[in-house]
Amino acid sequence: MRRLTIAPLRAALALGVALALWQAVVWLTGVPRFILPGPGRVGAALWDNAALLAEHARFTVVNLLTGLAAGIALGVATALNLALSPGARLMLRPMLIFAQAVPVFALAPILTLWLGYGAASKIVIVMLVIYFPVTSAFFDGLMRLPAPLADLAQMMRATPLRRLFLLQVPHAVPALFSGLRLAVVYAPFAVIIGEWVGASRGLGHLMLLANGRGQTELMFAALIVLAGMSLVLFAALEGLARHGLREG
Amino acid sequence: MTALALRGTLWMGDVPLIRNLSIDMPAGRWSCLLGPSGIGKSSIARLIAGLPGPQRLEGALRTHDGLPLAGRVALMAQGGQLLPWADLVANVTVGARLRGARPDVARARALLAQAGLSGLEARRPTALSGGQQQRVALARVLMEDAPVVLLDEPFSALDTATRLAMQDLAARMLTGRTVILITHDPLEALRLADRAWLLGDAGAQPLALPETPAPRDFRAPEVLTAQAALLARLQGDAACGV
Repeated sequence: MRRLTIAPLRAALALGVALALWQAVVWLTGVPRFILPGPGRVGAALWDNAALLAEHARFTVVNLLTGLAAGIALGVATALNLALSPGARLMLRPMLIFAQAVPVFALAPILTLWLGYGAASKIVIVMLVIYFPVTSAFFDGLMRLPAPLADLAQMMRATPLRRLFLLQVPHAVPALFSGLRLAVVYAPFAVIIGEWVGASRGLGHLMLLANGRGQTELMFAALIVLAGMSLVLFAALEGLARHGLREG
Repeated sequence: MTALALRGTLWMGDVPLIRNLSIDMPAGRWSCLLGPSGIGKSSIARLIAGLPGPQRLEGALRTHDGLPLAGRVALMAQGGQLLPWADLVANVTVGARLRGARPDVARARALLAQAGLSGLEARRPTALSGGQQQRVALARVLMEDAPVVLLDEPFSALDTATRLAMQDLAARMLTGRTVILITHDPLEALRLADRAWLLGDAGAQPLALPETPAPRDFRAPEVLTAQAALLARLQGDAACGV
């Protein structure tokens, strides 16, 4: 209970200090506003462009969440298959390691070429970027069933499928969450890079646009919306993890 | 009920661990294998349980009916076999669920009650003491309803008073089953065994037990005398080993 009241207070305090420092740098250095606008100006830009920001943010957030959901689903399914089938491990694991060696962000231009400037290329790049960390974290958890539980499964003549879902999966839930944490950190990067390479909407697109027009305040405003989005996503996952780990 | 006979030499890879084993474990009784740490007790346990490992028997483990032992043994180990994410009822019924059978929840509750855990059915094992956790494990072994029950150092991690109480409970709950108890605790062997062997690298020496029926009172003079004699023998063995 004590943490609940103190934590937001501390966060607000930290935010206040950061804003004050920011303003101080602007005042003390006299840096021009098209290089670094003060927090007041950025706040005004946020307020004035609220509708514009919301519209672009909606495009970004929908692609981000769709890509996340698809990537997580695919990663979880792959890990379950790998855990269940030695044959799949033999075939798929080298492919996964090879896929990891390709810098997925570098695929963004190719994906844009293939899938166009719309939502599809953004969703696919998010999916590809988070697929490996989710698969690998969950798979490792599934394969690390403690020896006493593995003995138990054998003594009780467990079927492979039931061993997987009754013992391996519950044991791997914390490992899955560490993969999901990485996914939630990578996904906003991925969606913005997708939009930078080529898009007609989205916060990344808006930032490039504002940059071209010298609207530095708007760039910062878009950045703040993006940061807020990432924070909400991360907090949602932490809440889920606390609930999931307690229940699971 | 199932009687077992273990003959031969137990190998650990290329190293002979215990030679010339000759152990007859009668049906419906407690057979106890007593041995110091490192003698190969857990290898024997894995051998009887049919679990994979580096152990190998040059000889035979036979049942009186000639049928394989696989699938007829329930194992209770020192710990770590409870599911930390599942409540006690789910822990006790996990065997049925792992086999794809319908779990008998009423029987699980009855066994938990018999093990002295009424009212705690919805708890997680992590919310229990070490002794309570082994009570859950005991209830689960009974839930498996296997003809042979293998107890591998089941109470080693418990404090002395809890261990004595658990020995009484186990003796009560496992009456009439073929029980193989593997332990390093001389008093445990003397209290619970109908037959007992002392494991050494030269083989398994039968132990003389008090004539009273098991479970025996730890205060009984014949138990205390036997314990003193056994401790003196173990100390002698240990001195020779060093």
